[in-house]
Amino acid sequence: MPVPKVGILVFPGSNCDHDAYHAFKSVLGLDAKFIWHKETDLSGVDLVLVPGGFSYGDYLRSGAIARFSPVMQEVIKFAEKGGPVVGICNGFQILLEAGLLPGAMLHNQDLRFICKDVHIRLETTQTPFTSSLEKGAVFKIPISHGEGNYTIDPVGLQELKEHDQIVFRYCNAQGEITEETNVNGSVEAIAGICNRGRNVMAMMPHPERAAEEILGNADGKHILEAIAEQIG
Amino acid sequence: MSQTPSSTQDTLAFKEPEITPELVEQHGLTPDEFNMICDYLGRTPTYTELGVYSVMWSEHCSYKNSILEIKKLPRTGPQLLVGAGEENAGLVDIGDGLACAFKIESHNHPSAVEPYQGAATGVGGIHRDIFTMGARPVASLNSLRFGSPNNPRVKYLLDGVVRGIGDYGNSFGVPVMGGEVCFDPAYEGNPLVNAMSVGIVKVGETASAIAKGIGNPVIIVGSSTGRDGIHGATFASEEISEESEAKRPSVQVGDPFTEKLLLEASLEALQTGGVVGMQDMGAAGIACSTSEMSAKGLAGMKLDLDKVPAREDHMTAYELLLSESQERMLVVAEKGHEQEILDIYHKWDLNAVVIGEVVEGDRVQYMKDGVVKADIPADSLVLGGGAPQYVREAVRPAYLDALAAEKAPKLDTAEDLGATLCRLLGSPNIASKRWVFEQYDTMVRTNTVSGPGPSDAGVIRIKGTVKGLAAKTDCNGKYVYLNPRKGGQIAVAESARNVVCAGGQPLAVTNCLNFGNPYKPEVYWTFKEALGGMGDACRALNTPVTGGNVSFYNENPKGAIYPTPIIGMIGLVENVVAHATTIDFKALSEELFYVGAPRKGLDGSEYYMQVHGTRGKDAPEIDLDVEVRLQAAVLEMIRSGIVSAAHDLSDGGLAVALAEMALHSGIGAKIGEQELSDLAEAGSGSAQELLFSEAQSGVLFTLRGDSDVDARKKAEKICATHQIPLYYLGLTAGDFLEIEGMLAVSVSGLKTIYESYPFGK
Repeated sequence: MPVPKVGILVFPGSNCDHDAYHAFKSVLGLDAKFIWHKETDLSGVDLVLVPGGFSYGDYLRSGAIARFSPVMQEVIKFAEKGGPVVGICNGFQILLEAGLLPGAMLHNQDLRFICKDVHIRLETTQTPFTSSLEKGAVFKIPISHGEGNYTIDPVGLQELKEHDQIVFRYCNAQGEITEETNVNGSVEAIAGICNRGRNVMAMMPHPERAAEEILGNADGKHILEAIAEQIG
Repeated sequence: MSQTPSSTQDTLAFKEPEITPELVEQHGLTPDEFNMICDYLGRTPTYTELGVYSVMWSEHCSYKNSILEIKKLPRTGPQLLVGAGEENAGLVDIGDGLACAFKIESHNHPSAVEPYQGAATGVGGIHRDIFTMGARPVASLNSLRFGSPNNPRVKYLLDGVVRGIGDYGNSFGVPVMGGEVCFDPAYEGNPLVNAMSVGIVKVGETASAIAKGIGNPVIIVGSSTGRDGIHGATFASEEISEESEAKRPSVQVGDPFTEKLLLEASLEALQTGGVVGMQDMGAAGIACSTSEMSAKGLAGMKLDLDKVPAREDHMTAYELLLSESQERMLVVAEKGHEQEILDIYHKWDLNAVVIGEVVEGDRVQYMKDGVVKADIPADSLVLGGGAPQYVREAVRPAYLDALAAEKAPKLDTAEDLGATLCRLLGSPNIASKRWVFEQYDTMVRTNTVSGPGPSDAGVIRIKGTVKGLAAKTDCNGKYVYLNPRKGGQIAVAESARNVVCAGGQPLAVTNCLNFGNPYKPEVYWTFKEALGGMGDACRALNTPVTGGNVSFYNENPKGAIYPTPIIGMIGLVENVVAHATTIDFKALSEELFYVGAPRKGLDGSEYYMQVHGTRGKDAPEIDLDVEVRLQAAVLEMIRSGIVSAAHDLSDGGLAVALAEMALHSGIGAKIGEQELSDLAEAGSGSAQELLFSEAQSGVLFTLRGDSDVDARKKAEKICATHQIPLYYLGLTAGDFLEIEGMLAVSVSGLKTIYESYPFGK
């Protein structure tokens, strides 16, 4: 059986593309390839990974320009056909801007960039990316963003809840959600969501940065392995 | 550049001003220097030429008042792959066919008037120096100095500088692996912003800043050229004054996104093999990059400035040559390969235009509107060539005599030492800088083993090898002020000690020499002395200086900064999994030791500053011979696998170091009176000196509780071999830091105080 291939998009200004590549290829042992944003061929790709970074410098608004890149039209088609798509950080912002996920990102509540380890709690196992994990499991995963304050209108929020689309929430080490643990001010401490079709998921925290003991934290490996399982 | 007929006429209509003594003076050139220029040219310079000489001979570009002293520093060693000053950055061999390129640079003056952009472009500039050499930047560090943190202007500067460093580096995608922030009224009005970049390159794949090969095309790549930053280098070569605010337009504006594209495109272009040479455009823009590349390659260059992509209409030759618009580079390509190179830059949506060619001879010639605007022997412009070099007058400053006469404060035998420790931990120079470093991406590229936080130095792993790099920036300007020579020694010794405590073998140094006005003999004396001290320590520790940056004129009408030679130390961690060491206690009941010099003297200490409001009369004690043996012993112990935590003693001395080891882990320690008595007796006996002396060459460490029973014996043997005193202090234990008969404070209380300084509020 061929090794599943993760296609990692590269926009001008992507800077976690190499990190994702390293995590999937060297840590998880999957096949991985970069896909330049001007390419339009996703054939042979089993999972599209939209990595973190500052696509187009995050000028105008995070992800606002990247969504117009030629490759994104293909990613939308890929997703519409049920292909698995995962976004991390800037990838989350791009998928929001592209309309593949509902809601939008605001600047962090205190208007400052934040880079640190936080805890997130798994809210649903009803996605192909999280089905091998345990509901309520707590992971220590770093965040690194200036615009990660997720927001959505009340109707949209209601729909997210009704359809069990909230995948991760910010919490403390014990899994409790408090005002303090909601690090960037997101609505209902949302750290990650999926679409209604459940084949598109995105999260602000960076599991690929926490997948090896040498980096002081390997919690992220569990999440990446769960994601990989769905294409394995 | 789009040009309407009328704009062409306007450009042509620009008549260059006549060269007068006043104009020469306005350009910061002395009458003697002007005469040198006339001699080099064999005629009076044109206005454009005067501008070019003015920036190239500015302190910032020419090092004219510092180079003769810098050359006295040790600058050779088998680990160096390029000599100091030969290329844009130092290059050290780290084995496995890899080399580390690293350099530190200041952006003090721009940051003083426009902190956000000043700091951001400082970060951009130093990364460009690294990838110009073909190395991919993998980490950065920074050293910052500000006035009192309560001063509203300082709050504004701190906020802007931190945002600037963060926004640029975060977007560019290089993690901050370490640094330091210090506050002292001496930096009021003259903040220091020093940024260091560390890159990795395969040996043999480095690029050189050279122009050679007659007929080879010269390509400008990256951003368009605008009117920003004209005379930035000259501005950086003056004192900050009331008028400085008016020089805001001399500060460039950074675009990290374009720099990221420039990085990727340049590394890709280098892979083609069609690049002869590459140089970034920093100070003095096109003028500097063209003349430096020509001078290095012993070739001439002919350039058509009309071809330079310009941001604005009507730019003159003078402006195009001196613009310091950011995110630009100059590439000399192999003739016939230019299209391949241009295509790569275009793929990354960047400008890339052939603006000239390498020609016979030794002159750089700049054309505009079909007219030669400047025609200059390249060598006459550059450092090491025709740029002037001065030996300045040096006079020992009178303040040192006044200091020597100062009486030591009387110590209170009934002092509440626990309260003093808390006071020190909560003071701005010791308190946690979490508010600062959490605004920086410290993890991107997934190499960060120890970032800012509980480690004496930053450590990154090198993918594809078992190795790591440790790096630290350090300098206590107060020490250098109190005793320039000792202060210079300590800056090097401490940064090396930090690298050792993190598990690295110190390899080499880059430095950023921040001083006042070199034309003041007292300032120059401290400059010479501090460099002398640095040289002493670099020789002792076998860490040659690979290059760096000099920043003079860090003064304002109220006075000069503390002399502050920031040291950027690079070290190699042989086995990053096994040797990378942090300061936090790892487990209960582990044996705790002190190794090193006696705790003696309070001069220069934070204790004196915080409790007695004085700096004291001298820098703390240092004996380089002891330092060398200490570092060898500590590194050997770490490499032998017996050490679980190590922390060097610095600001706040033994007590603060112990508190930091505890509060970062949540584990306390119990130190008995009996155990401490030997160390106390080695010093002068007072509790305050024992706990708070900043005497150098001291390290605390714990032994792994889970290692074999011989760990303590092994430690004793290693320390005996290196003839360095070792003192057993006690065990890690419980929730309290307890030093019998002196203090007992809860670890959570220490942590709260340490984490509570209201930076940013």
